[in-house]
Amino acid sequence: MIAVPEQVFSARRIGAMILRYLYLLRGSWPRILEQAYWPTVQMITWGLVTQFFATNSSWVAQAAGVLIAAVLLWDVLFRAQLGVSVVFMEEMFARNLGQLFASPLRPYELVLALISISLVRTCIGVGTAALLAIPLYQYSIFAMGMPLIAFFANLLIFGWAIGLVICALLLRFGLGVESLAWASIFAIAPISGIYYPIATLPVWLQPVAWCLPSSHVFEGMRTVMFEQRFDVDRFAAAAELNVLYIVLAAIVFLRAFEVARARGLLLQSGE
Amino acid sequence: MPDPAVAVEGLSKRFGAVVAVENISFSIEPGSICALLGANGAGKTTTLAMLLGLVTPTAGVIRVLGKDLRTDRYSVLARMNFSSPYVDLPQRLTVAENLDVYARLYGVRDIQARVTELGRHLDIEGSMRREYRTLSAGQKTRVVLAKALLNRPELVLLDEPTASLDPDSADRIRQYLVHYQRSNGATILLASHNMTEVERVSTQVLIMRSGEIVDRGKPMHLIAKYGRTTMEEVFLHIVRNGDPADRQARYSVR
Repeated sequence: MIAVPEQVFSARRIGAMILRYLYLLRGSWPRILEQAYWPTVQMITWGLVTQFFATNSSWVAQAAGVLIAAVLLWDVLFRAQLGVSVVFMEEMFARNLGQLFASPLRPYELVLALISISLVRTCIGVGTAALLAIPLYQYSIFAMGMPLIAFFANLLIFGWAIGLVICALLLRFGLGVESLAWASIFAIAPISGIYYPIATLPVWLQPVAWCLPSSHVFEGMRTVMFEQRFDVDRFAAAAELNVLYIVLAAIVFLRAFEVARARGLLLQSGE
Repeated sequence: MPDPAVAVEGLSKRFGAVVAVENISFSIEPGSICALLGANGAGKTTTLAMLLGLVTPTAGVIRVLGKDLRTDRYSVLARMNFSSPYVDLPQRLTVAENLDVYARLYGVRDIQARVTELGRHLDIEGSMRREYRTLSAGQKTRVVLAKALLNRPELVLLDEPTASLDPDSADRIRQYLVHYQRSNGATILLASHNMTEVERVSTQVLIMRSGEIVDRGKPMHLIAKYGRTTMEEVFLHIVRNGDPADRQARYSVR
């Protein structure tokens, strides 16, 4: 036998799964292009809106680039979620889940591989759009400095949490809930305060908004851009919520995996 | 006395009101080829899936390679492998990429040498750079079989391994499987509808009907026991014995 003895956690197995997703990405240039396409289109659109409002809105004029920064950070959340759920769906389309889970791969190792490849895909997509914004609109989101890393990390983790819950639903209900992978994140967009302060929302809705890490991030982003200071409280609130949500999402996913085993769904995961 | 390669005791699986497998017990000697027979829906695939840990049993105990599957599932999975028509490989990866990924998952050392060796034995050397989705059904079967042998498994579970192969390819695969089993001392559990194949390669047969094991033994003994001349006749006798309106009588060709 040439197999390595049991390891509870194996970087080799996680690496194998990351390699599998990189092979997929490398083998198809439209896939790579698709990563950057929507973030770039969004950035261009909101860049033009910014140019218009810069001379027609005193609010935007105070902080040029606030809308571009908002759309780029929103895409971090969106791409992070898609990076997990869409890649998981690819395993289902390929009827590969049975192969994977009959191997020594643990479900939590698959989760770590999914979030790793999500990071790669998000960096390709949003990174391209962020770099293009510099020559197109003379706006660099990187000028935000260290706070950008805090915003990026929080949105990434929140996106992974949503992505894992969608994966759990896919495991439990199959590809019939595929549309959730694409559409669910837009349910939280209006209450995340991406382009406007949370105070704009109806009073009764504001407590709900503050339950989302994304609301704290976008509010924190505006504080950096308008007041040139980093709101540590907002960062801490987002981080605490993210710890809660990512743990809950991991529990939901692992529970869905056990339900799938009990119901024999791992062998019926194709189209 | 070595542990059985597989020891199953009181194994059952119900999906709601549907009984897929009902209280089956069997053991498989290490280094043997055991065939699991039964009509469609008899419970073969569910049984294999439970042995792989893909489906959790409703009741019963499974010991594989001397370990309890409930507590040592992952250490056992590294020592076994499988192929099945109910699962596939990533369509857009090349054959070489697919085998590379699975070799890493199973902790195979010297991946290139192992992939080359299997490519030669299973006649897929020329397909290594092709995307899996572009292969014929027969080529896909051979690639999935290569994946199933990557880690030199001590136990191989094969669900209809030659179902989509032409007679020549199927014969070569059977020869290779027997060669692999003998040269590695491996155990093979084979679910098949090809009775000629079963007669030719298996040392032990388990016959399932409606989720239960209704008979077992060596192929020659079963043929003698039922007074038939082939395993196909034995299979038809046992399967149809459970059906009072014998289809053979209704649809016999005169």
